[in-house]
Amino acid sequence: MGFPRWMILLLFVICFVSQSICKEEDPEEEFSEELLLKPLPDRKVLAHFHFQSRAPPTETYGPHHRLFPKAIYQLVHKYHIREMELSFTQGRWNYDRWGGNDPISSNNAKPPGVELWAVFDVPQDQVDASWKNLTHSLSGLFCASINFLESSTTYSAPDWGFRQFAGNLRYGALPREAVCTENLTPWLKLLPCRDKAGLSVLMDRPSIYRGFFHSQRLHLTSSEFDPSGSDMGILLEQTLTVVLHPNNPGDSMYSSDSILPPSWSLSSLFGRKVIGKCVLAKSSNVYLQLEGALVSELSSRKKENERDDTDNLDFEGPWSNSGVELSVSPDRVIKEMNSIHKGGPSIMYEFLVGNYSDSKPFDLGLMWKIPVAWSCPQAPLHANRFLMGSGNERGAIALSLKPTKQSEGFQIPDINRDKCSFHVNVFQVVPWYVKVYYHTLQIFVDGKPQSVRHLVTKMRVSPSEDKVSPGVMELALKLPCSIMSAALTVDFDKGFLHIDEYPPDANQGFDIPSAVVSFPDFQASLNFLEDTSSDKSPLLAKLQERSPVLSYTEVLLVPLTTPDFSMPYNVITITCTVFALYFGSLLNVLRRRMGEEERLLKSKAAKNNEQFPLLLSKLYAKLRGRPWEAPQSSTPSSPSSSSLFSTKLLIKVVLVAGVAAGWRYYSG
Amino acid sequence: MEEKESDKLKKKMKPWVFWSWAFASIIFRLVLAYFPKNLNLSARPEVSTPLTSFRRLAEGYWLKQSSMSPYAGSMYHGSPLLLSILGPLTVTRGGNEGLPNNLMCSLVFVVADFVTAMLIRSTGLNLQMAYNRNLKSLGLLRLLENSEIISSGDIAALVYLWNPFTIISCVGLSTSPIENMVIMLSLYGACTRRVPLAAFGWVVATHLSLYPAILIVPVILLLGYGPDAPPRKLFLQKFREGSSIDSSSQHKEQKSQQKGLSNQPEQPMLFSWKPVVFFALWSSMWAFYVLVLCAISVKQYGGLREMFKRTYGFILTVEDLAPNIGVLWYFFAEVFDFFRNFFLIVFHVNILFMLLPLAVRLNHRPCFLAFVYIAIASMLKSYPSVGDLALYMGLLGLFINELADMQLSFFLFCGYVGVSLLSPVMHNLWIWRGTGNANFYFATAMAYACLQIILVVESVGAMLNHDRKLRKLSATTA
Repeated sequence: MGFPRWMILLLFVICFVSQSICKEEDPEEEFSEELLLKPLPDRKVLAHFHFQSRAPPTETYGPHHRLFPKAIYQLVHKYHIREMELSFTQGRWNYDRWGGNDPISSNNAKPPGVELWAVFDVPQDQVDASWKNLTHSLSGLFCASINFLESSTTYSAPDWGFRQFAGNLRYGALPREAVCTENLTPWLKLLPCRDKAGLSVLMDRPSIYRGFFHSQRLHLTSSEFDPSGSDMGILLEQTLTVVLHPNNPGDSMYSSDSILPPSWSLSSLFGRKVIGKCVLAKSSNVYLQLEGALVSELSSRKKENERDDTDNLDFEGPWSNSGVELSVSPDRVIKEMNSIHKGGPSIMYEFLVGNYSDSKPFDLGLMWKIPVAWSCPQAPLHANRFLMGSGNERGAIALSLKPTKQSEGFQIPDINRDKCSFHVNVFQVVPWYVKVYYHTLQIFVDGKPQSVRHLVTKMRVSPSEDKVSPGVMELALKLPCSIMSAALTVDFDKGFLHIDEYPPDANQGFDIPSAVVSFPDFQASLNFLEDTSSDKSPLLAKLQERSPVLSYTEVLLVPLTTPDFSMPYNVITITCTVFALYFGSLLNVLRRRMGEEERLLKSKAAKNNEQFPLLLSKLYAKLRGRPWEAPQSSTPSSPSSSSLFSTKLLIKVVLVAGVAAGWRYYSG
Repeated sequence: MEEKESDKLKKKMKPWVFWSWAFASIIFRLVLAYFPKNLNLSARPEVSTPLTSFRRLAEGYWLKQSSMSPYAGSMYHGSPLLLSILGPLTVTRGGNEGLPNNLMCSLVFVVADFVTAMLIRSTGLNLQMAYNRNLKSLGLLRLLENSEIISSGDIAALVYLWNPFTIISCVGLSTSPIENMVIMLSLYGACTRRVPLAAFGWVVATHLSLYPAILIVPVILLLGYGPDAPPRKLFLQKFREGSSIDSSSQHKEQKSQQKGLSNQPEQPMLFSWKPVVFFALWSSMWAFYVLVLCAISVKQYGGLREMFKRTYGFILTVEDLAPNIGVLWYFFAEVFDFFRNFFLIVFHVNILFMLLPLAVRLNHRPCFLAFVYIAIASMLKSYPSVGDLALYMGLLGLFINELADMQLSFFLFCGYVGVSLLSPVMHNLWIWRGTGNANFYFATAMAYACLQIILVVESVGAMLNHDRKLRKLSATTA
């Protein structure tokens, strides 16, 4: 008997130990903060803050969190969000100069204003209700008017043109939403260290909002309701992308003679220094990325000036003595491998903020030693959208696609040159007051009109319904590689709104949200030589993720005709007068009979002489009031009827008065 | 306006003159239709309302072709039958400039216009015959001999064909020529007692634009009493006198003439129920037929319920606030939402309220009653276009003899000319230049409404006066 008991005990122990081991291996909450800095070709600097919080699944971890923001957790659970992205943006991403084919631009270049999309894990018929509640929650959470996205005229349900979530995706944009510090503060509150420690210390409001582009984004991915049961939990990704212009006191911004790009440091960009990491963060890194084109340019310069360039090295590495000088030596250098872009592999310098402290603040600076010019990797086509036509009656929206300089050389392998083609997806939401005639869609390739059927492989249109839903157009185009230009035009009529539907500044015009042009054949991702998956830097992982290249077009401003806001009463009264005129005069014509009228006139003339005093007295009595009339009018008529009349009247008056008094009494 | 034109045509009205003028108008239309891009009439708010716009029809057809409901979105609000008839013409084949198709469409509308004019003409001939016959039977031949009776059918048809508004709405590719044709079909059928035709016209016209539904009153009166005649009281008096005296040989002659002329009953005051019953049967049959066809064509897109919501519902709840020549768009753009339903009811009931008094007073003149109804509907309808104006102007030409002493006709003519010149100017100032304001354009719409009111009131008054004159004359002759 001893043997089995011992066995059972052993089993229990094994079970317990294994369970506890499992428990220990369970994912913990994580928070990491990273900052990516990148010099841009037009002398500006991109700063991309990336904060990531992860909460393990509720089933294994429970609903209480140490780091993960409670508000977001509740949001996910209340509305069953599978994925959500909210961005507040000011300024427009310059795809020409700041790049359009790298992960930063395709993930973080957002349209101006607010953009929100969410995928819900609820049955189809509840998606709209969830969306409406979500917009209200978010608008409370971020002090923004996201609740305007509640109305069905502002959001749409893209099928495949935006992202691949059929049915449960909702997309809405508010192009005119002003973004300011009141939106940033609640966003920062979601971070465990707020802006008191760590990299977020750099977010000095004046310097951030002084930038050329400012996009604050919140991306949420949750597997809480995933039936497949992946244990990712909830992943909250908060990014802030700013494009700043380093202005040194020495050189002016547009001095022509200094070709040397302005040098900068964290303290000159943000006015602050990093004094150590956020202690709650698992990793706290700063990266400096030099783009492939820049690197190759610098190396070619280096070869030229090899003899002269015998300066000292601040840090080790193959590129240290090139044209740039870093004030802090990097902890690691990461090289990209076999870049798809022409420029060559790009380089990332990694700095660990944890090594710095109050006494030794981290202030990364970049000094240019030689003037360089380079360009960013760009999306295959440059998308522009504009309005055509004049006047306030109708117009046309045109979307022009032009190949960028770099894409002239692109080729999709294994396809002949003449048959080479690539796909472009266009997703466009138009508010209902821009009434688009989808049958007028025309496509011009190289300036010549082409048959829509040949170029459009897939098209989904959900036409706008007045005051109910916006018009959505999803187009999948297949364009030949050799195109010089492509343009899509579609005509529209401008709608006329009720005066209450105009915003207070009606004459400013109405905004059409940005269209999304994506290139599914092209993937924006960076591949690094070092195996970065082991140390799990979320930012690097994000950069390595394969994401389709997409770019947003401009927001269009459509002026709409306004009625006169000041005179609704006049319009109502004048119109009603005309209707009364019609009714009265027509009825008068119909009623008139010649013979009768003559008779009536005669009899009136006869009566008028005798009865004039009587009429006068009646009128006088009427003017004086009703009760006086009865005794006066009773004199000429028979007394019996008059008395009956008066008693009836009296009873009526009393009855009415009684009812009125009772009403007053009971209702009051 | 048509008085002026008729004055010119009065003198020399021979058959070949009419035909040459009619063909000239058709050629004129075709010439204009050859330059659709230059004129750009189809985009004018006067021509294309949300209901009659050809562009919206093309959009609806496109939606249907791409297997969506033609009523998806708020573009198309017409009938699904019209879509399947006219839709194929909207597609430009082979990616060409689309000129031949535009010409095809214009051809359809030109034919529709021509058919309408022919129907007006034969209705006019019918009315004229009835008029002459009635005057004879009342013993008012003197009136016939004295005043120069002009053939009102020809005049009306020419007025319809040469009316600039008809030409504009025909060349501007609005669907109103087809609506007008169907309305005229109904009136013509009722006038000539072709019951199935009348029923078909009425059903299809109602299906296309809802407002012709009120024409059921004149159509039934036409079928019951026959074409326009002087008040029945006169005949009754005459008949009594004739039976009491029974000696006048002239009267006997007339009776025989009457019998010879038509198979009308001897006493025209009797309401013959038979055609009316037939009309009810036929129209229910046509309605059923039309509904079945519609149901088939919109089966997979929400069915008839959706169709009614998008066509009649759109007409009744003035949803589109784009400016047109009516007054309701601006009213409903400005009126407080709280009162919207109330005013919708008031304005639509305004049309219905006048039906009964007019029918009571003008029941002996059903064609004129139809004209008044059409004029009232085109004034109060939610999306009026000049096509409606064209139709009632043409019909007005039918009563040129009766309305000869209408007052204010010159003022009305000048008013119409003035409004039709000023309205595009104001529209341009407001919409295109941005220097004017909505009230400018609305003022011209208001003036237009007032002109129509005056026209209706004056013509009704003139018609009643004409009846009075007849009564007096018949009293004196008796």
